[in-house]
Amino acid sequence: MPAGVVIVGAGQAGFQCAFSLRTEGYDGAITLVGDEDWLPYQRPPLSKGCLSGKQDLDAIALRPAAYYEANRIELRMGCQVASIDRKRLRVALVDGGEIPYEHLVLATGCRNRVLAGFEGACYLRTREEASLLMDRLDAAGTVTVIGGGFIGLEVAAAAAGHGRRVTVVEPQARLMQRAVGPIISAFYWDLHTRHGVRIALGTTAAEVAPADLVVAGIGVTPRTELAEAAGLAVANGIVVDERLRTEDEKIFAIGDCAAYPSRFAGGMARLESVQNAVDHGRCVAAAICGKGRVYDAVPWFWTDQFDAKLQMAGLSSGYDVQVVRGDLANGKFSVCYFRAGRLIAIDSMNRPGDHLAARKLLAGGLALTAEQAADLSFDLKAAI
Amino acid sequence: MASAGDFVLTVHDMTLFSRKPKETVSITYISHAGESCTAAVPVGTSVMEGAVSNSIDGIVAECGGACLCATCHVYVDEACLDILKPIAEDEEEMLGNTFAKRQPNSRLSCQLSVTKELAGLVVRTPEAQQ
Repeated sequence: MPAGVVIVGAGQAGFQCAFSLRTEGYDGAITLVGDEDWLPYQRPPLSKGCLSGKQDLDAIALRPAAYYEANRIELRMGCQVASIDRKRLRVALVDGGEIPYEHLVLATGCRNRVLAGFEGACYLRTREEASLLMDRLDAAGTVTVIGGGFIGLEVAAAAAGHGRRVTVVEPQARLMQRAVGPIISAFYWDLHTRHGVRIALGTTAAEVAPADLVVAGIGVTPRTELAEAAGLAVANGIVVDERLRTEDEKIFAIGDCAAYPSRFAGGMARLESVQNAVDHGRCVAAAICGKGRVYDAVPWFWTDQFDAKLQMAGLSSGYDVQVVRGDLANGKFSVCYFRAGRLIAIDSMNRPGDHLAARKLLAGGLALTAEQAADLSFDLKAAI
Repeated sequence: MASAGDFVLTVHDMTLFSRKPKETVSITYISHAGESCTAAVPVGTSVMEGAVSNSIDGIVAECGGACLCATCHVYVDEACLDILKPIAEDEEEMLGNTFAKRQPNSRLSCQLSVTKELAGLVVRTPEAQQ
């Protein structure tokens, strides 16, 4: 049987690539290799629905086992790739054996940054880590979360919702600094404070008082070792071109591990999100099926904390003008970011219609003025 | 007084109980092309999760059920509309932005919690979700 597509990494990106290969009509062999023991699953519920108790850990699989069989996708779970042989077009497995490939897709994702000096700290990236965290949370009265980013704040909200006394420690001067503007950061400071969460900004882990449970959400680093050992370029991620191809035309990189040129970032971007994983997976599946296109999807993200739903479209860093649309006081508003007169991002708080309109506006590079953005009587859809 | 044998039996029964499959109701998904699939969907999950766990094409559910991508849009059979809980504010806003045209019987399937009352529900998926 001729070698087909081998996908290393069975997270959202790897799964989507296999899924889209079949829907695009790819008929060759597909092997999906993952180092976890579970069927490929969604990660967002781990820090959202599952932790707050609304969603069951058993209900997060992306597809049932029967799907893979019916679609001839060979799943190699609990399996690690040791190396890539680019000359012989094979990957070698840690437990012995090789898999030949015609196309290789690296969807290796990230690993947690480890908090030095806190051996007992919990993390939250995998299903196992989520289970452990839920068990530890059951027995804890006080919880300290190190890191005021999405994961840290989602954990803090869930723990506070379960009646725990929670402190969030963030070394930066405001919450979620990497992802959102200061208006949104301030809104979340207020939201958490109102729910009894103590927030210590400009504070490091070393200054923290002891708690029953410490959870570290201090970011992740891309897993690039396989690519690097195979001689591929690595710079904060596996370097790919605008079609997500590495310098080796047989090898692609997708999802959290891929660094790619993005017009939204104005340079190389490496994004950690479901949207990025899904759209990368689709783009590479199309390329393998001879329908290659430049990757140009609008980045979007979301976070659920308490009763607030924040949806972000575009990348706001580097804005020079920001405009509030709606009412900060009632928690239904969007912040629209502009750079040099052009819309670059919209963060929507409990305004999902604005978010979907934003994605269309940004995809089309359509004009919207700051005055229009601020005017609630102006329907954003009218600019599309 | 219970004998040792009774004790073993009791434990055995408890084990059986805990493994008892969750109660399900039957839901029918009909594709745009008219292909019909009836699935047993556990009470407590959502109509969207029932579709995904049965590999029903036509429902994308990119956000995994958070009511923020509008890619699990379905048309609910008119006869079943009354048994559904009303449309909440956030679902209403997302329904204004579906890819396929919104109809009076449009719903987001991630917002339809499966209860015993939903037994026999019929939903149709649109031609495309995005």
